[in-house]
Amino acid sequence: MSYDSLTAETVKFRGHNGDEGEGYYARPTRAGKFPGIVVIHHLPGWDEWITEVVRKFAHHGYTAISPHLYFRNGPGSPDDVGARVRAAGGVADDQVVGDVKGAIAYLRAQSNASGKIGVIGFCSGGRHAYLVGCKLNTEVDAIVDCWGGNVIVDDPKALNDKRPVAPIDLTESLRAPLIGIFGNDDENPNADQVNRTEAALKKMGKSYEFHRYDGAGHAFFNTARAAYRPEQAADGWRKTFAFLRKNLGA
Amino acid sequence: MCSYIVEKAQVSGSAKGPSGWMRIDTANVYFDHPYHAPLDHALAIDFVCEADGAQERVAVELSAASARELISKIMIALASGESAHRAA
Repeated sequence: MSYDSLTAETVKFRGHNGDEGEGYYARPTRAGKFPGIVVIHHLPGWDEWITEVVRKFAHHGYTAISPHLYFRNGPGSPDDVGARVRAAGGVADDQVVGDVKGAIAYLRAQSNASGKIGVIGFCSGGRHAYLVGCKLNTEVDAIVDCWGGNVIVDDPKALNDKRPVAPIDLTESLRAPLIGIFGNDDENPNADQVNRTEAALKKMGKSYEFHRYDGAGHAFFNTARAAYRPEQAADGWRKTFAFLRKNLGA
Repeated sequence: MCSYIVEKAQVSGSAKGPSGWMRIDTANVYFDHPYHAPLDHALAIDFVCEADGAQERVAVELSAASARELISKIMIALASGESAHRAA
């Protein structure tokens, strides 16, 4: 009995408008065909924990890439670039969707690609994953939304040129199955917003499963944060991998 | 949830950054997930010079309690310092 080897590296990919950016890519080293996962980072940026998540997927038999969504705002370390993007009001939804589309194309172009693609995002990346599921609905086979806030927008002032539409209003376009992971102590999304998102999915007959955890708030998978809840996170990862195996293989 | 709320303070002064001292004209202030501090949320301040392109920053990430303590001490230091200088 042994663990599979994996290979991880920083690669170049073509994002929105054909712009060349960096992504962190990991894959099982052995020969074979593997489903691909795009890992969308949260607003503070492309951090060490997100690279750990990418390697976790390779460990479980997936190819995975996390595109650096702020590559246009360099040079600089990812945290400095992230601060620059925040001060500028974040990145535009269309640009994120274009970058994820480019990351999907990167995975599909590899000789080890099985053809199945999933997307997972955390925090603002969870919202992006939901958005990608709606806007790139012919390109993804499974969506994992980890506590994506602002899928439902209660304050119209939160909509602007960069984020013009609440993702919940695009739900009709969703085709792939979606799993949602939420902490019941989270304030964004709060329990009511999670319930309303589920109600919309149910009403439109979408394939979904939601898992809510007591004793957990926001970002409870993140081992780098005080919010980390090992028991709830372990169960959440088990459910996530079961969902991905069912819909993507591996 | 990561918010996009940033308060911008116009400031005048200098800060010591990765390349040495630099002039600063803006403090970007926000309360959100930190990059480094082991906190769920942190009060972050990025001191930058937008006039020079804001390519460098001097950053801090503080707990909410310590941020309030800092505000209090800044006010005390300003009051006592200005009083002492007026008396001199």
